[in-house]
Amino acid sequence: MSGYLEGVLVLLAINVILAYGAFLPLAAGQLNLGIGGFVAIGAYGSAYLSNEYAWDPLAAALVASGLTGFVAMLVAFAVLRTRGIYLALATFAFGQVVQGVILNLNVVGGAAGYPVSTFLGPVAVFAVALAVLALVVLLFHTRFGISVTAVNDDETVSDLLGISVRGIQTAAFTAGSVIAALAGALYAHYFSFVEAQNYGVMFSIYIVLYVLLGGTQSVWGPLFGAAVFTLLPELLRGSAQWRYVIFACLIIVVMNLRPDGLATRGLLRKLFGRRDGAGAPERP
Amino acid sequence: MIASTDSNAAVHSTAGVSRPMLELRGVAKSFGGLKVIDDLSFSVQAGERAALIGPNGAGKTSAFNLVSGLYAVDRGSVMLDGTDITHVPSRKRVGYGLARTFQNIRLMAQLTVLENVMLGQSSAASSFTGMLQPVNLLRSNRWGKHARAQLEAAGLSQYEKFPAGELPYGIQKRVELVRALLARPRMLLLDEPAAGLNPTETNELRLHLERIADGGTTLLVVEHDMHFVGALCRRVLVLNFGRLIADCTPREAQADPLVREAYLGSDDELVSDHAS
Repeated sequence: MSGYLEGVLVLLAINVILAYGAFLPLAAGQLNLGIGGFVAIGAYGSAYLSNEYAWDPLAAALVASGLTGFVAMLVAFAVLRTRGIYLALATFAFGQVVQGVILNLNVVGGAAGYPVSTFLGPVAVFAVALAVLALVVLLFHTRFGISVTAVNDDETVSDLLGISVRGIQTAAFTAGSVIAALAGALYAHYFSFVEAQNYGVMFSIYIVLYVLLGGTQSVWGPLFGAAVFTLLPELLRGSAQWRYVIFACLIIVVMNLRPDGLATRGLLRKLFGRRDGAGAPERP
Repeated sequence: MIASTDSNAAVHSTAGVSRPMLELRGVAKSFGGLKVIDDLSFSVQAGERAALIGPNGAGKTSAFNLVSGLYAVDRGSVMLDGTDITHVPSRKRVGYGLARTFQNIRLMAQLTVLENVMLGQSSAASSFTGMLQPVNLLRSNRWGKHARAQLEAAGLSQYEKFPAGELPYGIQKRVELVRALLARPRMLLLDEPAAGLNPTETNELRLHLERIADGGTTLLVVEHDMHFVGALCRRVLVLNFGRLIADCTPREAQADPLVREAYLGSDDELVSDHAS
């Protein structure tokens, strides 16, 4: 495998994980524009644990993600009282706070960035990406997954049916943040360097775009979206100065032609015949 | 106070085996200066099939919203099978045996029919392990099995895998009823179940509801179709301007001058015609 191809595939795997991190809250109806903040906590936390305490990178990544989940739960209690555009702004503010704090933390290098001493190879990154994909797909075949969609669709009826709307929203937000933090940690250990400047609001918007482009209706949407977003700019490399212009135009075209995203439930049903909209195989 | 308790007890003892499943006591609700429900008291006996009728804006759906907890009452209390649920949060009321359907169908459009009806089990399956069971992956899962059995009983098996939003109106109404039934309600509130159905569908619905009631579920139905009400219910509660104006049989309600006035307006000729 050439270095270039490996780099692209690792980036694809990380972007897929990031997309699922944004998908979970989006599927429950929450726009998380602070996802970059959770990614940064995961990346810096894992880097710090392995740099300072010589932890195995995979263990450091998992523990850092777990700690990020704890932070996310605290954030969720505060920001999930707001909704719609205000929730987006509150999460955006959270992302800015995290970025600002890290830029002023000299123990992790401040604005100069933070080198990471332990390395995780491409195989580990692919394996974690596959595990996350499998886990989220499985999760959306549980009652939790159905409830997430229900809460997004109609909070009032969900509540009357006995679903804890706040509980589902908090769980989706927290689980998404854990997944996003995991992606950050993998990035840190593969590229051996983290920089808080990378995890600003543009970063968060890109991840949310992966999901919106891929579609929020189906659990396969983020996979489609992340793949298109990662691979298409690479394919357009032929025209160096115009590639992002062409890419942006393609996004606008796709959004117009498929407002619900690339992978809608209807499309999946057509592709997979007599299977249900979520793509579950029929069992005898 | 003591006297009224005594008289209540007397009423209950004369009612024999029957006990009230749903009871509203002096319930009132205003939005700003607008009284939507005004000192409303009635009870529905266990196993009964009762209807709540009245002209548009009489407060029928508001009464349902107060019972199901969507609105908080300003005054009065709501009792379910002897338990005061006035201050029980709306989400917990299904656990007390209360379920409802909606005037405008409110299914989750993107979820399949099976997923939609499984939402009806949410209260019973709300534990951590209950939430994480792959109900929609393994056909042997007991929640899925139960949901499919209920869909089959309602004749809806063939729609199981369709997204609810893509189905015809009449089918969606039946799916919503199955979803409510999967909560295993003792008290079922149905908001215009026959609206928009053709005569054949209406008749099938009535037979289905009779079977449900025979199974021990108490029904309270808001409905405009008086033929349907007359066939299904032996008792109607008539609301007008948020007040109860009649509590009688469907036939008596149709002859009652107050009820006629509520529906048709206070036309002097009509009332005098009726009096003569």
